[in-house]
Amino acid sequence: MASTATLPSHRAPVIDERIGRRSPLQSLLGRPEVGALVGAVVLFVFFSIVAPTFLQPSSFATVLYGSSTIGIMAVGVALLMIGGEFDLSTGVAVISSAITASLFSWYFSFNVWVGVGLALAVSLAIGFVNGWILARTKLPSFIVTLATFLMLTGLNLALTRLIGGSVSTPSIANLDGFASARAVFASAVTIAGIEVKITVFYWIAMVLLASWVLLRTRVGNWIFAAGGDANAARAVGVPVTKTKIGLFMAVGFCGWVLGMHNLFAFDAVQSGEGIGNEFLYIIAAVIGGCLLTGGYGSAIGGAIGAFIFGMANKGIIYAQWNPDWFKFFLGLMLLLATIVNLIVKRRAELK
Amino acid sequence: MLKKTWTRGLATLALVPMLALTACSAQGGKPADTAAGGSGGQVASTPRLKVALITHAAAGDTFWDIVRKGAEAAAAKDNVEILYTSDADAGRQAQLVQQAIDQKVDGIAVTLAKPDALKDALKKAVDAGIPVVTLNSGSDVSAKLGAFTHFGSDEKLAGEAVGAQLVSQGLKHPICVIQEQGNVALEQRCGGVKEKVPNTEILYVNGQDMTSVQSTATAKLQTTKDADVIIGLGAPFTLTVLKSIADAGSSAKVASFDLNGELAQDIVDGKVLFTVDQQPYLQGYGSIDAIWQNKVGGFRIGGGQPVLTGPAIVDKSNASDVLKFAQQGIR
Repeated sequence: MASTATLPSHRAPVIDERIGRRSPLQSLLGRPEVGALVGAVVLFVFFSIVAPTFLQPSSFATVLYGSSTIGIMAVGVALLMIGGEFDLSTGVAVISSAITASLFSWYFSFNVWVGVGLALAVSLAIGFVNGWILARTKLPSFIVTLATFLMLTGLNLALTRLIGGSVSTPSIANLDGFASARAVFASAVTIAGIEVKITVFYWIAMVLLASWVLLRTRVGNWIFAAGGDANAARAVGVPVTKTKIGLFMAVGFCGWVLGMHNLFAFDAVQSGEGIGNEFLYIIAAVIGGCLLTGGYGSAIGGAIGAFIFGMANKGIIYAQWNPDWFKFFLGLMLLLATIVNLIVKRRAELK
Repeated sequence: MLKKTWTRGLATLALVPMLALTACSAQGGKPADTAAGGSGGQVASTPRLKVALITHAAAGDTFWDIVRKGAEAAAAKDNVEILYTSDADAGRQAQLVQQAIDQKVDGIAVTLAKPDALKDALKKAVDAGIPVVTLNSGSDVSAKLGAFTHFGSDEKLAGEAVGAQLVSQGLKHPICVIQEQGNVALEQRCGGVKEKVPNTEILYVNGQDMTSVQSTATAKLQTTKDADVIIGLGAPFTLTVLKSIADAGSSAKVASFDLNGELAQDIVDGKVLFTVDQQPYLQGYGSIDAIWQNKVGGFRIGGGQPVLTGPAIVDKSNASDVLKFAQQGIR
């Protein structure tokens, strides 16, 4: 009796766990950016408690602005990291773009929009050269872009001094087209009495566009495939080289947007700026769940990473902590955010 | 398909600037050359000297352009060839001093931002019989390290001058914006301000990223509502802080250290209260000239004391006089 009860009277359907339906919560927890999201919420609540000014709408607009100047680049850098490559030249490439536009327009007394167009071409070309050298030499992107980083640092200084006669570019505030260019790249939009910088909207738009490309288009699949296993991807017909060159050029485009903001927010650029910022962009992407090895990550994650960085950076000021400890707190916060990220992701994967 | 759109895109990129060639700006570009570089003056008949000018300039700081201009003016007059090198890293700056000794220069002008790192290299220079002049920073250790004179402004003194000005204008709660955390000279400036105005707060910003300077200063102003003045420690940073004031809707005044053309204009326009100029042109000019004087007649200017090139206060009363020199890049 007992033995017959265990025998199935009819064959139960075989359940394959690979095609089993996951609950919406589970699939949410499996997303690369969820850890960062939790970290961001924790940080947000934390600063809301310790810094009363943090929650003021105008303060929040400042936090968003600070985040957007990192986030715009983090979009491109996140895509590139998903595609399995690294770019150390991004920080100075932003300034190269700004310097190109500024010096060219100034030297020839052109309408600034000419310089803006040329800067776009130069930024895309820098990305193209990075990607092309990478594809031709098969050297690690770390080396190739480190070389570009050094060369651009030198070029920024040398050309600015050679053409402008000073290490800071001359002011272009009186050139034709400056006002309209400033309106496009560095204005502020008033929403319910709060001034929000236009970069915040560019940032959001670029994140949405990048997410759409990643998740809904063939190019997005190529990016994941190229970063996951380039050889396997090539074997199934993914144009790995073109994808990677394209990604470097996308980073160049992001650099152009931020470079133009840098130029038109201030009308002059210091040629030594930008060094070290490349790490902030990479940090934002990593906090947002992009793997350093490629093939995994999301554009939204990079945005949340930038937002975490912006909150930590500005929140410390709003909390009025002793400035001597600033860098220490910043580092600690980044570490905690990434650990939370890791824990949440592991939990999600175990389920 | 993809390729075609690419080439078309590139073609448009190339075309747009060409079309815009006609779109010249009516104003604001590079001024047409007007007999530039005409020094015209007599050059000293002394034999040509080779002098190394070694600074700790971070790449891209406009301040050092002015120092170099002063040095070049003295060099042109004194028949001196200047070998200019710089490295923000103290260890590498010491190597530059060593290289200058190897090149058997006739004199060394060097900045002492981090004196301990340069001590040994300078001793070698003195032992080799090369006259050494220090400039900009390090007035207190200059003589001890073997330099026969020093050209510079005392940073703490400059800070106190700012503090005294603030007090006289009735300002009580300054924010002192330091663009490079751990830089001794910058800390001394804010320390000097704090000496006179005890309620001074220090704000550290990332000087490598102007947008970050702007947003961080905005954050500070939003949270410190009772701050009545904010001080930039360099002309470009002060200009950026001005934007933060607008962003934060703050009513705080602005004061500054150092000078450039735009800052001078802002002082004339009343947007900035005043700035403290350490007259970097004189530092470059004086140190090269002092080496020439030393070679010519064994002169030692300064009587064993540092020669002070500042602080000189530039405010609304004298800014319009300074403006044209600032625009020429010598103030």
